Amino acid sequence: MSDYSRWRSGLAPGALAARARLMGAIRVFMAEHGLLEVDTPLLSAAAPSERALECLAVDGAGYLVPSPEHALKRLLAEGAGSLYQLGHVFRAGESGRWHNPEFTMLEWYGVGDDMFDAIARLTALLPRLGTPPIERSRTYREVFQATVGVDPLVADAQTLAGCAQARGVAPSGPDASFDRVFWLDLLMATCVQPTLGGDGPEIVTHFPADDAVLVAADPDEPRQALRFECFWQGVELANGARELTDAGLARQRMMREQNARAAQGSPVPPIDEALLAAMRAGLPPCAGVALGVDRLLALLQGCDAIAPVLPFAAT
Amino acid sequence: MAQFSTNQFKGGLKIILDGDPYTIVENEFVKPGKGQAFNRVKVRNLKTNRTVERTFKSGDSVEAADVFNLDLQFLYHDGEFFHFMEPNSFEQYQASEAAVGDAAKWLKPQDSCDVTLWNGVPLQVDAPNFVILQVTETDPGVRGNTSSGGSKPATLETGAVVQVPLFIEEGETLRIDTRKGEYVSRANES
Repeated sequence: MSDYSRWRSGLAPGALAARARLMGAIRVFMAEHGLLEVDTPLLSAAAPSERALECLAVDGAGYLVPSPEHALKRLLAEGAGSLYQLGHVFRAGESGRWHNPEFTMLEWYGVGDDMFDAIARLTALLPRLGTPPIERSRTYREVFQATVGVDPLVADAQTLAGCAQARGVAPSGPDASFDRVFWLDLLMATCVQPTLGGDGPEIVTHFPADDAVLVAADPDEPRQALRFECFWQGVELANGARELTDAGLARQRMMREQNARAAQGSPVPPIDEALLAAMRAGLPPCAGVALGVDRLLALLQGCDAIAPVLPFAAT
Repeated sequence: MAQFSTNQFKGGLKIILDGDPYTIVENEFVKPGKGQAFNRVKVRNLKTNRTVERTFKSGDSVEAADVFNLDLQFLYHDGEFFHFMEPNSFEQYQASEAAVGDAAKWLKPQDSCDVTLWNGVPLQVDAPNFVILQVTETDPGVRGNTSSGGSKPATLETGAVVQVPLFIEEGETLRIDTRKGEYVSRANES
């Protein structure tokens, strides 16, 4: 039985107006920087293959997109130029203090940008939206070594599992042989991430390439990808990368992710052939960034969860 | 065996970990945008009351603990066990001293207690928040002194000792807050 007495939004005071101002400020910044706002469908025939992204399937109609990435890249391939989308995205099974199955994402692509251009753009954007300046940038390898004490590019699954056990964060439950990627994610999420961005948003660059899909590898160190993230107060705010343009390599990695999905018992959606066709036709060199708008708004408002800034959080 | 998936985790859920019953105190969903999801969970061991933190891979399941609470009537203490009865079914339960713990000093026959049962055996007994108990021993009252300001120890019929105002006499019945171990009022004044 539904409880209709709980009809109110649950918003913190001022959150509705703050959200409107934030969305407005993002659009002003993007216009100043010459990025075109686009509005691509949230309902898509295809879903990404990434092992860690669970899409909401709509019976007979496709999937609700977990990010506008594929549609935006198809527009880039037909020459739309630098662009962004500011809107809702959906991820199945993500629910918690900093997660809601439906949330607001800003995603942009700068044509001709490399990873450092994307970081520069984010560094210009965030203080305009009210954050302290971004003054710190370290590599994944540096932050991981500083906290966990092993080199994340070379440590094998067994070594990483030992680190997790020593820190009391190894998972309880049925035993299974987890791979390197699993242990890296676990240690990053539970041990490293809480230490990041205490004094202001902080950049972490060059994530391991193991599970990179549509991200370019670092030509100087192929074990790491040209991917970065931004953390503030231990919360992951944004993810960005120099995008992979090689359609053949993209297909190989998607198939690798499909195998990983099958192995973990997740549904395996078909590969997005339209995206691969667009990449074959020619995705221009570019870098993209996705930013969690609700998390940014929550931190700006001094909230310790996103629910107080979401008009009607899913419960 | 009933199972709970991590996506059913929430405060108050009772689960079995390493053979012991636990209650979930806090559940936090943790997931890197591009990575594996986990649940960081604070759980309290219902036998030892110790709280620990555990990590689960999201989507995994754990065994549900057959733990539930019943309002049981306290019958008597036989020196070793405390005996309780379910007032509708008349079914009886015996609780160990460990399960009763500090509640023992407030228990009077006929009183109703919140009892946590695990596999049908009392795991924890909570005394009622307020109990009515008679004073069996205290210094003589100071007549006319009904103001606050002074107190003296009084022994109650269960053996518990509480601080009471000076005007309280032996044989009076008092209302006691068991959570604070404090006198509230005379029973007929509540």
